[in-house]
Amino acid sequence: MAYQDKRDAKTSSDPFVGLTPLKNMSGFEIKPFYGPEDLAGLDLDRDIGLPGDFPFVRGVYPTMYRGRQWTIRQLGSLGPPDQANRRIRQLVDMGATGISVCLDMPTIMGRDSDDPLAEGEVGRCGGVAIDTVQDMRDLVAGIDLQKISINFVSNSQSAVILAMFYAVAEERGARRELLSGTLQNDILKEYQAQKSYYFPPGPSLRLTMDTISFSIKNLPRFNPISISGYQLASAGANPVQELAFTLANGFTYVEEGIKAGMDVDDFAPRLSFFFKAHNDFFENVAKFRAARRIWARTLKDKFGAKNPASWRLRVHTQTSGSSLTAQQMENNIIRATIQALSAVMAGTQSLHTNSFNEALSIPTPLSERLALRTQQIIAHESGAAWTADPLGGSYYVETLTHRMEEETQKYFRIIEKLGGVVAGIERGYFQKEIADSAFRYQQEVEKGERVIVGLNRYTEEGETEIELREIDSDFEPHKIAALKEFKARRDQDLLRSKGEELRAVCRTEENVMPTLVSAVQAGMTLGEAVDHMRAVFGAYREQAIF
Amino acid sequence: MAKKKIKVIISKVGLDGHDRGAKVVASLLKEAGMEVVYLGMYQTPQSIVKAALEEDADVIGVSYLSGEHLVFTPLIVEEMKKHGLEDVLLIAGGSFPPEDIPSMKALGINEVFRGGSLTGEIVKYIEENIGGQGA
Amino acid sequence: MGRSNPVNPDELAAGLLKGDRRAVARMITLVEDQDERANEMMKLVFPHTGRSMIIGITGAGGSGKSTLIDHLIGRFRRMDKRVGVVAVDPSSPFSGGALLGDRVRFQSHSLDEGVYIRSMGARGYLGGLARATTDVVRIMEAMGNEVIIIETLGAGQDEIDIIHVAQTCLLVLTPGMGDDIQAMKAGIMEIADVIVLNKFDLDGAGQCLRSLETIIHTGMSEDKGWAPRVVPTIACAAKSSDVHGVDELVQSIMDHQAYLHRSKKIEEVRAERIEQELGLVFKDEVEKVVFAGLKGTGKKRKYIESIRAGKNDPYSVVEEVLSTFLKEEILE
Repeated sequence: MAYQDKRDAKTSSDPFVGLTPLKNMSGFEIKPFYGPEDLAGLDLDRDIGLPGDFPFVRGVYPTMYRGRQWTIRQLGSLGPPDQANRRIRQLVDMGATGISVCLDMPTIMGRDSDDPLAEGEVGRCGGVAIDTVQDMRDLVAGIDLQKISINFVSNSQSAVILAMFYAVAEERGARRELLSGTLQNDILKEYQAQKSYYFPPGPSLRLTMDTISFSIKNLPRFNPISISGYQLASAGANPVQELAFTLANGFTYVEEGIKAGMDVDDFAPRLSFFFKAHNDFFENVAKFRAARRIWARTLKDKFGAKNPASWRLRVHTQTSGSSLTAQQMENNIIRATIQALSAVMAGTQSLHTNSFNEALSIPTPLSERLALRTQQIIAHESGAAWTADPLGGSYYVETLTHRMEEETQKYFRIIEKLGGVVAGIERGYFQKEIADSAFRYQQEVEKGERVIVGLNRYTEEGETEIELREIDSDFEPHKIAALKEFKARRDQDLLRSKGEELRAVCRTEENVMPTLVSAVQAGMTLGEAVDHMRAVFGAYREQAIF
Repeated sequence: MAKKKIKVIISKVGLDGHDRGAKVVASLLKEAGMEVVYLGMYQTPQSIVKAALEEDADVIGVSYLSGEHLVFTPLIVEEMKKHGLEDVLLIAGGSFPPEDIPSMKALGINEVFRGGSLTGEIVKYIEENIGGQGA
Repeated sequence: MGRSNPVNPDELAAGLLKGDRRAVARMITLVEDQDERANEMMKLVFPHTGRSMIIGITGAGGSGKSTLIDHLIGRFRRMDKRVGVVAVDPSSPFSGGALLGDRVRFQSHSLDEGVYIRSMGARGYLGGLARATTDVVRIMEAMGNEVIIIETLGAGQDEIDIIHVAQTCLLVLTPGMGDDIQAMKAGIMEIADVIVLNKFDLDGAGQCLRSLETIIHTGMSEDKGWAPRVVPTIACAAKSSDVHGVDELVQSIMDHQAYLHRSKKIEEVRAERIEQELGLVFKDEVEKVVFAGLKGTGKKRKYIESIRAGKNDPYSVVEEVLSTFLKEEILE
């Protein structure tokens, strides 16, 4: 029998026919098997191409990891800046090539450690308390910023963080053109999912553009923005929504950059992305491949970018935090491994692996090391890094890539009809889509339609003893005292005039960054800077959407 | 006579803005027939208790995800006592180390539902424990 | 005072009149649950009502009602008036549950003791939402609130009934409603004393304003003492200096109230409210009494059977029941 007939025979005896078909998280039905017939219409040259060649489906670089391994980027933050500094150096010694630094809740919300609303939350959850430029100094003391790239997981406060980083770098006489680093700085996803915005969309986007244009001028190797899908997914977005909304946000930033008078080829090469690697191995891979293709084509055709660097979608990936269970926590090691492997096979440029006890606390030394070793074992022992896009040509993966792109385009059309991303945000469109997905997912879990091992199947009574990290409760009073002392040492008149300057520049269309840099150098705290800006820009309140 | 509705306040407290869990639980409790007053983010112990008082709530549910559970719980419990709401069920959901749970209960939380709990458990607990609750 | 604890209607009513917020909350629950002690309590409470300003606000979801109310509460508080708010939220007809998310929009008043906010899900009221809401408004009056604000979506008969309880009715619209305005022509003139055109910064606002003014103008007749006012507003803004129209809105409300008092129309309005409530309570109680009576005797089951068997019809049944009841209960 010819292939065709054999295949028809097999599908007609599909054991799943008549039963609930299997769907992945994006809602696609998955067939029992895929074959060349699923790839009819795919043009090898136009749609897939070569690694490092437009449209970059197979990877942004020709040799991928043979030329340069992905950055092993682990979280190096703890509440006290000096402790975070020590942790960063430990991680580097263990083999991390990049670091991510998270901020504590008060800093995320634009408040200083001595703010009454910050009570009980200073330095918790593995977030650094950054109030002043001194804290930044302590954080990066003794770290070669030309060799180690620090990713600041900072959003609404990015302008201030960047100002502090730049001020410290200047002090140290660092060669600006060699400094690397990243700012997350993605405000659109805050409105859609993470909710740590301060100002309305207009002023927020202005600040984003200010940081980007300052960065491309003064820190050419710095990545001023990491357009994020991770938090959208954590809030409930399924993989195709994560893909669609993140890219839509990315295109919005490109539009804003052009509106701000920048040339697309000047800033687009420095835009980077941040995706989640969730449980579904092949769906992850397809998501990244589709992302690269859509981005490349849109930047070239719609925005007229001519620099190939503008067409390349570079990604940092984190394994899925929301997939971790507190029940039978050791299972999380397996989850992180599968997710990390899929990110590598998807062609990520940088990768963070979660520690297995992160369902309950911040990493401990053992779990931290394990997470790091996971990446090293994948890199050196698994063979996954030896060839670019190892799953390219797989009937399944190519089909999934194509499907994800199709569905993404549908979302793009809806967003366009709504009037764009900002209009969509104001109408609560993204928030509602995400909340609906979160709700549906939970229902599937509760009905047992989506199995989570250890949670709704293969459960156990009792727990294994797992070490968790203690929270240092002495830090808060200590930090507040240190902040008080710092404030007392400042030149009050200079500070006052910097405050007025800052408000003034906010009212104009000039770039706020130079003023912010001199303000933090004069000792203005993060909370004070945010308050000044808020006085001019106003505060944003969202309507709760279900 | 109309069937007694169970009224639940769902809130986050403090600066944490991760509201996926709180919203999902609120929706699922609504599906289970309860009336849920969703207070959202950035609430204080005072604003939560004021709402519980005015809405004559049977349950207060707080979502803790950023390590603030031991800080805010005593403040909420104190505020509840101040307004005579000792008989209102206080439950907490989210992410906290298992060894903190006894402390939380000692501080006044009636039951804790860690991440991964299924709504059925929460609904059952509420239905079995409201009214006649308290010290 | 637990929810399950035995409740003394006198105690609760006394507590309410003293301003005990827990007593108020418990009373409202009993009224919502149609507890048999509720009527006794309402009798004790009723004499202390009838003097507050009652504002009804209705409008489609997303029109900005809640944000406007947030501002209004602030203004009334500045006038040193205590404010009670009843926020009616639609609920699921399937599960009977409700997600009450209105109060979250009144964040500026989340700690103000001079503001009392109660959320009500629209379902689960045997006697109807309107009956429960009117009772709640009375309770809030008795507690000492000089201003009561009722917020509803305005969808469905129940909610329209609620609006009839209010003295000054606000209808919140937004630009871009186009054809909907034409369709609402009759409705506007009937319901609204003040039309708020919110989100006035959106495209088409000016045109919308003109359409509304035309509708009102053509609908006005000589004997109508009050022409509905249209107030453009921008309720939601990042900075309070960018909020517009709230002062004018408050002024319009106060003007309408002044008109009601000056023209003595307030008495008519009060009478209408009482008529409305009387009808609701009547319908409710009669239904309760009749069905309770029938149920106990097994007659209800028998009637239903005979209708099903084709030996009877609902109309004859009701006629028979009522003539028996009325003869026995009232005419004797």
